[in-house]
Amino acid sequence: MAAAPGSLRERDRSEPEPPGPLADFWHHFRRNRGALVGLAVLAVLVLVALLADVLAPHPPDLQYRDSLLLPPAFQEGGRITFLLGTDALGRDIFSRILHGARYSLAIGVLVILLALVAGIGIGLVAAFAGGVVDTLVMRLMDVLIAMPGLLLALVVVALVGPGLFNAMFAIAVVYLPHFVRLTRAAAMAELGRDYVTASRMAGAGVLRLMFVTVLPNCTPPLIVQATLGFSTAVLDMAALGFLGMGAQPPTPEWGTMLADAREFILRAWWVVTMPGLAILVTVLAINLVGDGLRDVLDPRLRMT
Amino acid sequence: MLRFLLTRLGLLVPTFFGVTLIAFLFIRLLPGDPVELMAGERGVDPERHARLLHELGFDRPLLEQYVLYLGRVLQGDLGRSIVTKQPVLSEFLALFPATVELSLCAMIFAVLLGLPAGVLAAVRRGTLLDHAVIAVTLTGYSMPIFWWGLLLIIVFSGTLGWTPVSGRISLLYFVEPKTGFMLIDTLLAGDREAFASALRHLVLPTVVLGTIPLAVIARQTRSAMLEVLGEDYIRTARAKGLAPWRVIGLHALRNALIPVVTTIGLQVGVLLAGAILTETIFSWPGVGKWLVDSTFRRDYPVVQGGLLLIASLVMMVNVVIDLLYGLINPRIRHRRA
Repeated sequence: MAAAPGSLRERDRSEPEPPGPLADFWHHFRRNRGALVGLAVLAVLVLVALLADVLAPHPPDLQYRDSLLLPPAFQEGGRITFLLGTDALGRDIFSRILHGARYSLAIGVLVILLALVAGIGIGLVAAFAGGVVDTLVMRLMDVLIAMPGLLLALVVVALVGPGLFNAMFAIAVVYLPHFVRLTRAAAMAELGRDYVTASRMAGAGVLRLMFVTVLPNCTPPLIVQATLGFSTAVLDMAALGFLGMGAQPPTPEWGTMLADAREFILRAWWVVTMPGLAILVTVLAINLVGDGLRDVLDPRLRMT
Repeated sequence: MLRFLLTRLGLLVPTFFGVTLIAFLFIRLLPGDPVELMAGERGVDPERHARLLHELGFDRPLLEQYVLYLGRVLQGDLGRSIVTKQPVLSEFLALFPATVELSLCAMIFAVLLGLPAGVLAAVRRGTLLDHAVIAVTLTGYSMPIFWWGLLLIIVFSGTLGWTPVSGRISLLYFVEPKTGFMLIDTLLAGDREAFASALRHLVLPTVVLGTIPLAVIARQTRSAMLEVLGEDYIRTARAKGLAPWRVIGLHALRNALIPVVTTIGLQVGVLLAGAILTETIFSWPGVGKWLVDSTFRRDYPVVQGGLLLIASLVMMVNVVIDLLYGLINPRIRHRRA
């Protein structure tokens, strides 16, 4: 298209392009060394989760009856085929931990997605409806937030019974109020703006106003909360697994592995140490990324 | 101030009713009716079933049942455990001191270590010490405490043999419970060895439960101090030649403490959730372990009552913290009133 001299298009070409939002984000994000390390670790973990079948030297549930509770390869009595030793049923701990990355990451993502989607929906409805609906919803969220997270999760599990999916549902209920509050607060702030009024005047329906006009402007705090919630979700799911209320054996979920290992704690340190270390590293990596995201996306939420 | 106090307390009322409503609905949402739940595996014949339903009021409209439930709750009747047949409230009260003792010790541990660590890190910003504090708090914050507890048991109980693995006190000692706090009861009884035993039992659970609050408090103290240290009045205080410890201790720390107090208050909920895990690992006979065990035993009245009691407790603590906050910082009090 030929542009007339002096038009917008021509001026663009002479001046340096402004960085796109992604490039701008990356420019700020990569200055945070901790966040970069966290991101790298997280990337490795995702790869491990995806390639667990290829990387793991043994099937996660295969029991080597002749090698029960073998110490790790670097300790006396260990065998090189069982890098991190074996558990009480002769299963290779290294392979189980690789497969466990699948559960922990997928569980964390699913839980947060569930809470996020429901929270955005409820929060937007509360903000748009106002009045009695808003009050009722927010009081209910106050009640949920007043309960210690794990206690609430425990009660939900008591209600629906133990198991992987029930535990995920329970943890999602715990995180729901945070997303509802954030969405509502952000949406309320946007609702008074001129562009929303303009859009309303132009005849946009409620759904369009909610999801196309308002929601995109509420995303930064939601992204930050989702990342920070992701790490806590991984932690809480492992805790429920540890209490015997999450994933059930023989699932190679890290928390469940720890629960199985408890009785051998004084005889075989590696059975306990390795799954927990995996949880710690994962949660730490996610937290580092979350802190970095927060610093870039939402300076208001900054703690340090 | 009175108005501020009343508004804060007033906000508590709807939340409390909300919690009772959730606790009430919890039992109703379970499959089967309450009489079947109480009868458990034994079952109950239809005639008795109908009579019990009527006697206990379960055949009335839901709203009426809720009002009845609320009436009982307000009179302190939270039902009876299906397993032990004891009133839920008296079971809770018998176990609660153990949880309070553990939580208080954990909080003291967290504040005693966290505050100085945060202050030091802020004052020596950018040094090795600062980086060490940041690294430790980040790790502590991400710590799966149930694993942390097991690790400490491996090292201190297994390898070194310094601490016992579980319980509140060695079975060799019997101490008459007066306050319910083992440390105080053993002192009151004048039994030094029992006191030492109680202390040894308490150390590891305290460290485990205090780890996350410690990390959060140190982190918050550091950032609050950094903010305050950049203020003009700190420069003025320094310029007029005050001793460095006076500037930091009196001028900076007092102002930095305001957000830290809120953080400490918010940790109460974290502590109670953490108590569930810590008590399970160390077989600590408190309300956290009681709730986990009851969930496994499907002892629903206990889960219902425990939920109500703990949630009410956390809510009340939050209000108290809010009031304290208004007391420390007049700006808040006046803005909201």
